[in-house]
Amino acid sequence: MKPADPDYVKQRYDQVHPGGINDWAVVNLSRNREEFVREVAKSSVQRIKSLTTTRSALIEEIENTLFREKLRVKRNPWAVDSPDEGDFLKSVEAKLLVISNSKKTDEITQMLDSVLEEMVFRYSDEIAGNFKKTRYRFARSIATFGFARLLNASRARRFWSLFSTKYNLQDKIHITGEVQQLRTLARKGTIIMVPTHFSNLDSILIGWVINVLGLPAFIYGAGLNLFNIKILAYFMNSLGAYKVDRRKKNLIYLETLKAYSSLAIQKGCHSLFFPGGTRSRSGKIEKRLKLGLLSTAIEAQRVNYQKGKKDGLEKVFIVPVTLNYNFVLEAPSLIKQYLRLKGQERYYTENDEYSTSYKIAKFLLKFFAKGSDISVSIGKCMDVLGNYVDDDGQSHDKHGRLIDTQEYFTRDGRIISHNQQREDEYTRMLSDRIVEEFHRINKVFASHLVAFTAFQVLLKRYNKLDLYNLLRIPEENQFIEYDEFKSVFETLLQKVFELKEKGKVNTSPFLTREIDKVIKHGIANVGMFHAKAPLIKNRKGNIIVQDMNLLFYYHNRLAGYNLEQYV
Amino acid sequence: MSDQKVGVIGAGSFGTAVANILSKNSNVLLYARKPEVATAINETRQSANQKLANNITVTNSLEEIAKNCNVIFPVIPSANFRELMTQLAPHLHPYHTLIHGTKGLDLNLSSHGADAADVSREHVKTMSEVIKEESVVVKVGCMAGPNISAELAANQPAATVIASPFNEVIAEGKRLLRSENFQVYGNDDLKGVELCGVLKNIIAIAAGISSGLDLGQNAKGLLISRGLVEMIYLGQALGGEISSFIGLAGIGDLVTTATSTSSRNFSCGYKLAEGKTLDQVMSEMDETAEGINTIKIIKLLADSQGIKPLITDTLYKVLYEDMPARMAVNYLMRYPGNIDIDFL
Repeated sequence: MKPADPDYVKQRYDQVHPGGINDWAVVNLSRNREEFVREVAKSSVQRIKSLTTTRSALIEEIENTLFREKLRVKRNPWAVDSPDEGDFLKSVEAKLLVISNSKKTDEITQMLDSVLEEMVFRYSDEIAGNFKKTRYRFARSIATFGFARLLNASRARRFWSLFSTKYNLQDKIHITGEVQQLRTLARKGTIIMVPTHFSNLDSILIGWVINVLGLPAFIYGAGLNLFNIKILAYFMNSLGAYKVDRRKKNLIYLETLKAYSSLAIQKGCHSLFFPGGTRSRSGKIEKRLKLGLLSTAIEAQRVNYQKGKKDGLEKVFIVPVTLNYNFVLEAPSLIKQYLRLKGQERYYTENDEYSTSYKIAKFLLKFFAKGSDISVSIGKCMDVLGNYVDDDGQSHDKHGRLIDTQEYFTRDGRIISHNQQREDEYTRMLSDRIVEEFHRINKVFASHLVAFTAFQVLLKRYNKLDLYNLLRIPEENQFIEYDEFKSVFETLLQKVFELKEKGKVNTSPFLTREIDKVIKHGIANVGMFHAKAPLIKNRKGNIIVQDMNLLFYYHNRLAGYNLEQYV
Repeated sequence: MSDQKVGVIGAGSFGTAVANILSKNSNVLLYARKPEVATAINETRQSANQKLANNITVTNSLEEIAKNCNVIFPVIPSANFRELMTQLAPHLHPYHTLIHGTKGLDLNLSSHGADAADVSREHVKTMSEVIKEESVVVKVGCMAGPNISAELAANQPAATVIASPFNEVIAEGKRLLRSENFQVYGNDDLKGVELCGVLKNIIAIAAGISSGLDLGQNAKGLLISRGLVEMIYLGQALGGEISSFIGLAGIGDLVTTATSTSSRNFSCGYKLAEGKTLDQVMSEMDETAEGINTIKIIKLLADSQGIKPLITDTLYKVLYEDMPARMAVNYLMRYPGNIDIDFL
């Protein structure tokens, strides 16, 4: 095995909280789970009532929810759904009927409140995570031990090496960036980690990263569909996941979800948001983030200030993270979905490579056996307005001047006020900042750049074709002379380094090697485990595209840097 | 009247007019850059040939403005805007609201190490973008619309648009500016409204030329409508929404500036039509005509992006390449007419 590149430091990190697992906010939360669920329900009721100011608006919202829920139960039932869901909905329906026939205002108000409370409580209970200390420890040791065994066995190929400890995951997954600051601030405030999302592997990967860095477990919203698979459900429950059901798009559910996230952050639980909401279908770095959950970070910060908690301990920090892969297992189906759905957002049922435990195991085996490195870049910590913070958690503007974050929530620097429209706009601004940071810390791999080069050369050559026709050009045209390829690649590489110079992107250390080697490495690694690698070199040394869709997918990783103008 | 003072930065004719409007609802702190000017205004109670209301205090200290006012209206030429912001920024806080009334662009090549050949959108900034770049202020808005200073000073009926993504900024702008003879509309497309004010100055110069050459009212109508089309194309390319251009700050301001002899940009065009050179015209004017600088910036941007805004391009030749105004008109008239409207 080649020595690890110098800027990857393999390091052991102590636990951030020396007191261990009992100091973690998430443990506290799960210990008082019932109480917390009630608190979430109470706060959700308040939220929903402030959004539905008249009684008839509230009734309409409940009726609307009831209708959609009935439809969901009928058309799209899942294994995780509670068996008494149908009965519950019927009871809500019956109560609504009584309400609509009643003339007594007092009675209506009372019944309405109780219906809303019941619905919200059910949702809160469903969403709430089930973190268990013992399970967390168990899952952690399984993951660490199991992964290490696989890794050592595959690298050395001798029986006894199965018990060697020479290699561990850190040889495979490089963690770079502002690790130290993250560890420091995790002790001082509440961290919201926002990673890019390309693969279902991401949650597991991030979970591992958090553990390696000695951070307490983070809570995160995981798709309820993943809880259909028993083995994933076990791990996710134990890793602090709470459940997000993408089928439920009604206001009552969404507000409950926001209340859960906001309250957990206020209680100091470090949280993980995949801000794109779902895996990137196109392979592009997320451009438009989901604002719902992100807004809870801003809300929690404001509430903390309103409670009189001043900077220091109660500050909320946003940490962007990019996960850089040569290979995304789900790429073929993701890009297919993207191409099909582009321009028309439509409901579709999830069906992908993670559908069974067997397939996951197969992938992990492939991943560990065949060395395709992953790097995780940790970005600088920011406050909820996107200003960088120093190691003391103090915010600074671009010119290094100190900022009191609390003042963003006031009109005169003194009285903190709640203004939803203002916070919505702040959420949009924060989202733009996160996207900007994603591009900045994103690490360019040789494999991304070869894919980008090849696709752009073809795009330029057939510039009369639209995307769909380009993806269907005949096989004999999916060919690029090596010299042409190399010269474009060289120009682009130069531009990538210029961007890096300006702090607009990061690069893998491999890119500084001799150019033919970089290209060779890139071609060997781009989408390496797919049945057909997207790019190969033929015997004459020229570049052949084997799968245009996948090439497009991996090429997209470098979209958004305006590199195409140099092709 | 509330105790909280409102700040106005810039004691030019528009700044003074804005200060006088604000003085109807609040006490105003007016900033003049030159100390001697500040003193003179305080003594004479006259600024830019307008009488100053009694509850306006004149100052020369930016710190005083930032300390005493939570809402500040910067109303200064775009050429000095960035410099002013760097001086003001150390005194500003996240709770401040800035509503500017400057209808120009900022070209910043040096900080990016770029040369004129590859000017892109990132080098060209609207004033709200300059405010956000240079300071911690996020609650930013702009004020734009047909607001000729002399008419405002005479208390004739008029209206303006306050644009900001923040409803509270719009509400604050309305509360402060609204008066008997002054209407205030809101718009959440800040960039679009800023660009309306910026781009209409180009057309205003052309309108001045048209009047100077006595081309008649048909020509004026032709110019305004084709001018609006060009504004919309440029405005969209720079990040504004079409709808803003059809509003008060777009077509409203365009009609006013393109037909009013008291508009600076209009009279700049008028003088060019009389055969004066750009240098002569500029030496005859005591306040900046923003359009002159805007034409230059848009031309640089358009060239490097490979687009050709016809009117701007031709005006550039008149201003900077000594093309006689009459020849410019001939050129435009010989240009093949295209589809009337193809953006809606």
